[in-house]
Amino acid sequence: MSDTKKFLLDGKPVVFQDGQTILEAARQAGHYIPHLCWHPDFPAHGSCKLCIVKVGGRHVSSCAMPAKEGMEVESNTPEMNGERRALLQMLFVEGNHFCPSCEKSGNCQLQALAYDLEMLSAHFNHFYPNRPVDASHPDVLLDFNRCIFCELCVRASRDIDGKNIFALTDRGIHKHLVVNAESGRLADTDFAASDRAANICPVGVILHKRQGFARPIGERDYDAKPISVVAMEEVEK
Amino acid sequence: MIVSGRKLRVATTSLAGCFGCHMSFLDIDEHLLELVELVEFDRSPLTDIKHCGPCDIGIIEGGVCNAENVHVLREFRKHCKILIALGACAVTGGLPAQRNHLDVGQCLQEVYHTCIGVESLPGGQVPNDPELPLLLDKVHPIHEVVRVDYFIPGCPPSGEAIWKFLTDLIAGHTPRLSHPILRFD
Repeated sequence: MSDTKKFLLDGKPVVFQDGQTILEAARQAGHYIPHLCWHPDFPAHGSCKLCIVKVGGRHVSSCAMPAKEGMEVESNTPEMNGERRALLQMLFVEGNHFCPSCEKSGNCQLQALAYDLEMLSAHFNHFYPNRPVDASHPDVLLDFNRCIFCELCVRASRDIDGKNIFALTDRGIHKHLVVNAESGRLADTDFAASDRAANICPVGVILHKRQGFARPIGERDYDAKPISVVAMEEVEK
Repeated sequence: MIVSGRKLRVATTSLAGCFGCHMSFLDIDEHLLELVELVEFDRSPLTDIKHCGPCDIGIIEGGVCNAENVHVLREFRKHCKILIALGACAVTGGLPAQRNHLDVGQCLQEVYHTCIGVESLPGGQVPNDPELPLLLDKVHPIHEVVRVDYFIPGCPPSGEAIWKFLTDLIAGHTPRLSHPILRFD
């Protein structure tokens, strides 16, 4: 009997080791499953649900679901991609995502995923929430309008930088990102532009000042190749 | 989309937009010659026809920011078999919608009364001529006001994207935009 364990991803066998999640094993085998809140350096968060797959007729988050021998996983199917598109559309209407005026455009994972899944409109009614920016810090700007609540900055600041600068507060539609300072201002923390938390935002919330369009539109991460290709090249590195 | 024996009738307009999408439409350059073999224009800034008659395709640039925009949009929906939202403003509200978290009255006061350079102008007042359409309290993408059949995002969408989309549609295919011509910026 063979030692290698396998499951089927869209009909193709994927080898995995015990303890790996579906997403980790698929990624290692060169198969892209869309994701936003998942990051290889952190435990699964399971909040964005973009990595949703169908296993035995049930929807599961592939970032959190351990791979099991003989599983049949559906990922790149019209049904799953349709659900992912609807999740993206909800993320777009909940915040203020004005791509034409965002300096993260072209480097933004939310936008790149919308391109990859061919999301042509937000479909739902926009919320247009009021989320003032925090420009108090000398080196970093916070534009809360674009936050998708992936908590990567919260986790990076707490678990890697040891500073615990960010948090999510309130619930449901009132949920928002806050800075852990009495004033609520980033300038009143020991946040630094070299922190991991300053360099992990998948969208355009945490922006380094005075960089803006130094790398012009057209020469950005997802301009030449779609995110499904770029993400797999990162695995090879 | 096949209509035997005649050209397709196309209407276009710009609501709360900057006409950048229309400029990009003209950027299809020599394809314009192919296009006029297939379509003729009804109401459009290109023809200066003021009201929309029965059309096959209506193309809307810009979001909905005032009462007149609502009337024009409904006129297009009523007369066009297929309605297309062209560009970021029609699709998401775009730049004009960035006022949506502000009070529109305070916006007008700021612009016409209190902002630097205006506060000292004698007799300054918020324009209230009855000819001026009333502003809505929020700017809306057009799909929040009428049913929209297709969306072409981008600020503006490239001429290439517009041409790809229209030729797909006219040829009777499901129009499709994907990387790299699908862009939101």
